[in-house]
Amino acid sequence: MLNNFVMPDLYPAAPEIFLLLMSFLVLFVDLVFGATHRWIAAMLTVITLLGCAALTLVTSDGQTTLTFSNMFVDDLLSDFLKLMSYLAVIMMLVYSRQYLGDRGLDRGEFYVLVLYATLGMMVMISAASLLTMYLGLELMSLSLYGLVAIDRESRRATEAAMKYFVLGALASGLLLYGMSMIYGATGSLEIGGVAQALYQGHSEKPVLVFGLVFLVAGIAFKLGLVPFHMWIPDVYHGAPTAVTMFIGSAPKLAAFAMALRLLVYGLFGLAMDWQKMLLIMAVLSIGLGNLAAIAQTNIKRMLAYSAISHMGYMVLGLMAGVIGGQIDPFTAVNAYSSALYYTVAYVLMSLGAFGMVLLLSRAGYEAENLEDFKGLNQRSPWFAAMMLIIMFSMAGIPFFIGFFAKFAVLLAAIKAGYTAVAVVAVMFSLVGAFYYLRVVKLMYFDAPVDSAPIAAGLDLRVMLSLNGLAIAAFGLFPDAVMLVCTTTLMRSL
Amino acid sequence: MISLSHYLILGAILFAISIVGIFLNRKNLIVLLMAIELMLLAVNLNFVAFSHYLNDLSGQIFVFFILVVAAAESGIGLAILVVLFRNLSSIDVEDLDTLRG
Repeated sequence: MLNNFVMPDLYPAAPEIFLLLMSFLVLFVDLVFGATHRWIAAMLTVITLLGCAALTLVTSDGQTTLTFSNMFVDDLLSDFLKLMSYLAVIMMLVYSRQYLGDRGLDRGEFYVLVLYATLGMMVMISAASLLTMYLGLELMSLSLYGLVAIDRESRRATEAAMKYFVLGALASGLLLYGMSMIYGATGSLEIGGVAQALYQGHSEKPVLVFGLVFLVAGIAFKLGLVPFHMWIPDVYHGAPTAVTMFIGSAPKLAAFAMALRLLVYGLFGLAMDWQKMLLIMAVLSIGLGNLAAIAQTNIKRMLAYSAISHMGYMVLGLMAGVIGGQIDPFTAVNAYSSALYYTVAYVLMSLGAFGMVLLLSRAGYEAENLEDFKGLNQRSPWFAAMMLIIMFSMAGIPFFIGFFAKFAVLLAAIKAGYTAVAVVAVMFSLVGAFYYLRVVKLMYFDAPVDSAPIAAGLDLRVMLSLNGLAIAAFGLFPDAVMLVCTTTLMRSL
Repeated sequence: MISLSHYLILGAILFAISIVGIFLNRKNLIVLLMAIELMLLAVNLNFVAFSHYLNDLSGQIFVFFILVVAAAESGIGLAILVVLFRNLSSIDVEDLDTLRG
């Protein structure tokens, strides 16, 4: 048997292998210098991610390459999503350097766990088989559970970690049960093989649909769609803000990749079935997310409910690819690229919003209540303007990136014949505008409660300014980003 | 003769027991971790049954990976439980109530 062993082509997986090797180096360096020079591990983590980005760019040839016995795929979509993930993780590390330092959380474990979570996301993004999808998902989730609990003294953080763990494990279980049913019905673990078995049509439809329900439930858990959203507010609220920022950014890209790979690449033959499930969950998420966010006084919790509603909008694009059972490649690419565009835009806005929370926090003080934003204009007009941009963009007010993302998604839904759903979505985004604009009102028209000078370092300030300006700038050139998304998907589908 | 559907029904029953265990258990977090393990084992049973029925080895290989991940998962779960017990001095599910709203 061993004679048949063929060395797999490692070239497409070069970024993953590099990251894994570098994570050992980070562990080692932390062991030697961790007590005296904590910045080395942080620096090495950023260098690792930059190296991964370089490798991803070098190995990207625009072709779809399968390796590891068709379990791992390297296509333009995976390259694009990976680059966005590196960017999000690097931004998170820059934002949270001071926050972690002030609280003594900048230990080597933090950086190693961040690297492993990133590795898990990369494997998810490149998964071409149910097995690699599961392994990537677990690597990401297990690292994230650890990260939430990294502040061991905090009662809130450990409670959040426990809730995240139980519900995350439940989600993995549901996903696995769905995978086992789909394996049984199609006889293949490869996503391409599943698609082929569906296309040839000699698989058991009831078993498939039964498996699909569990699979969609698992995906919805990871995306945080109603009714599988219970973990999001508690975890966002309880985790240290730096970790909340991490959970709220890059994993959304990985979850998008998971949804796209499993549902569109794998189970496209069942599109009529999963379309309805996604539609219901999207509408519920948009509704509940926007309504519940109004009642919040804690900004991390408010952003958690806003994340639920944003994922609802994103899924609206994901389900609009098939019109009445008819598959038109042009519409499909348009719909899926609108969802991709929405995810990328959301990650950028989410990083900025949590960056503002980190900006106002300082040693021994967490600026996580809406009250802490009162009178920000008097304390710092520049950062009040940045928050204004972020909030306007999240609310979907023209001409920021969030507006064009919502516009693209709603257009896709209308083209797919879901005009009523689009109208409901627009009405709820008006409801949502209330709580985003409330933050703006607090910043500009209320007297400051907390008048301490902003203690954040230069790196955070520069990054936050760049982030806010990027949201505004991409809003001026929405077609450029959309073109990138469309081209990526066109060449990877 | 034990057929595929017998295995699948057993798997479904085990899976249902574990889900009920997660949602009805209001006392002990360790029971919750046990329910999660049971859920993964139910899936393993499914995979092995299908793998045998389809005459395809990849399902059984998946089971090995699930077993390893389940071990890592309970490791992390118990670690979080220990930290939680230090902060709360309790492993009661109902004491997880600081985060609300």
